[in-house]
Amino acid sequence: MEDVLLIDAVERFVNGEMTPQEKIYFEDLRKNNPELDQAVVEHLFFLNEMNSYGATKNFKHSLHEVQTKLANEGFVFSAPVVGKTKLVQLWNKYKKTVAVAASIAGVVSLFIASVVSAVAKKDPTNTTLLVNKVDAVAVKNAQIERKLNKLEADANAEAKKPMIQSKFNGTGFLIDVNNNYIITNAHVAMEAKNQLIVENKKGDQFEAHAVYVDQQRDIAILQIKDKSFKKLPPIPFQIRKSSAYLGEQIYMLGFPKKEIVYGEGYVSARNGHNMDTLFCQLSTTANAGSSGSPVIAKNGDLIGILTSKEPNTQGVIYAIKSVNILRAIEEAKKIDANASIKITAAPELKGLKREDQIEKMENYVFMIKGN
Amino acid sequence: MNIIEEEKVLLEGLAKEDKQSIEKIYREHYNMVQSYVTNNNGTSDDAADIFQELMIVLFEKARSGNLELHCQLKTYIYAVSRRLWLKKLTQAQRFAQSDVEHMEEVASVEEDVEMHEKRQNDFTLMETAMSKIGEPCKSLLEAYYVQKKQMQAIAADFGYTNADNAKTQKYKCLVRLKKLFFAQYKNAE
Repeated sequence: MEDVLLIDAVERFVNGEMTPQEKIYFEDLRKNNPELDQAVVEHLFFLNEMNSYGATKNFKHSLHEVQTKLANEGFVFSAPVVGKTKLVQLWNKYKKTVAVAASIAGVVSLFIASVVSAVAKKDPTNTTLLVNKVDAVAVKNAQIERKLNKLEADANAEAKKPMIQSKFNGTGFLIDVNNNYIITNAHVAMEAKNQLIVENKKGDQFEAHAVYVDQQRDIAILQIKDKSFKKLPPIPFQIRKSSAYLGEQIYMLGFPKKEIVYGEGYVSARNGHNMDTLFCQLSTTANAGSSGSPVIAKNGDLIGILTSKEPNTQGVIYAIKSVNILRAIEEAKKIDANASIKITAAPELKGLKREDQIEKMENYVFMIKGN
Repeated sequence: MNIIEEEKVLLEGLAKEDKQSIEKIYREHYNMVQSYVTNNNGTSDDAADIFQELMIVLFEKARSGNLELHCQLKTYIYAVSRRLWLKKLTQAQRFAQSDVEHMEEVASVEEDVEMHEKRQNDFTLMETAMSKIGEPCKSLLEAYYVQKKQMQAIAADFGYTNADNAKTQKYKCLVRLKKLFFAQYKNAE
């Protein structure tokens, strides 16, 4: 009940309902009791939040009334909808995407059904048929994939129209300090049609090129060829082979703007959009330019690459699970020119304070840009 | 009154949730924002959403006592709407960013828009916390903090024998709300 007494005192203090004597006593108490003072400060902050909440709510109410009035007059072309109808609007907006997603799901489950029934019959003629069928389905899948890619490309082109087309930027991080290999997202690396540049936190630029692009995992491996790039000590993190734990605290470093930006959050689901097992889901915020940011767990392990976000929900971010980096590297090494890729780790982050981890980590994170 | 004074009065009206001021701003500036959004890949629905958000940015600014726009209201509204719309466009995308030049141009409203995002976030946190405390706590707290009703009236409305009983109940509810709010707030930090 002490809390209640405290709240009562603070509210009377704020509203000026205390007698002068009481006020002096209360202020004295605050001065001599830091714990109480902390509680008062916290409650003052909360009251402030509460008042803003009330005011904003009232304002939204007035706003809505004016909008309705103007809409009835025919002034506002289309009245913004508040509350439940917003869902309808969202649904309309994303109907197309949902339809595409649904049709893919349909194809996949149909495909499995035909395998089961064909195998169950154990008829040799059916098996050959099955091969054809699988081929047909594969072709169809490829077609749909191509269509999807085109849709995505169209959507990209559309949104870009009002902007200057020559630039993009994303984030990447160093994994091999001997041969200067950098990991980023495939969709970042593929933005570069002519030139690909990596820039460190000081703003020094180095020319790079993509040596391996894995579109399916959305991972690209870049290499800095520039001789002016100074060799760094071994990377301070280790790439985790197992999945991230649910609820695990994480932080990210990336380049959504011209300087390095820190962000933090937690792992909110083990899989990504539509249960995609390549990804895990984070609860945090991220902005354009953060693609390719390293996601680091509290203990200093790298657990993923920040990649995409749920477009119509705040704070739902997807990261590619770190094990996929190792897989992509294995694939990349099959090409002779890349055989030398080696993760040179000396996991120093473990046990360090967050600020010290960031200070070390910063040197290994780069802005990826180009045209 | 010159334009600057007139606009100041308008913003003061907004801070008091005054409907006439809201209507005036709508009538004078809605068309400009609508044509900007619809000329840049947006629909008129998008324009209405952007204008609504812009009004909230203006309200928050006015409410915090910050009435200095450093430019005409019209210019300010244009810059903020533009910034909000570009944000929305990039949000619909993946993270590869291609509008750096545009962002620099409207940098003067950047702080206000960022502040707005933080406030929006706090508002949502409070709304979620409110939705979790259940009745009668929710209505009780809203009656006091949103509708600013007197304790006496609240006691009568909610059937408490006297204002003191209502007050005790209100405090209990507030403690719960506070716990819920801070639990999320600290997570969000």
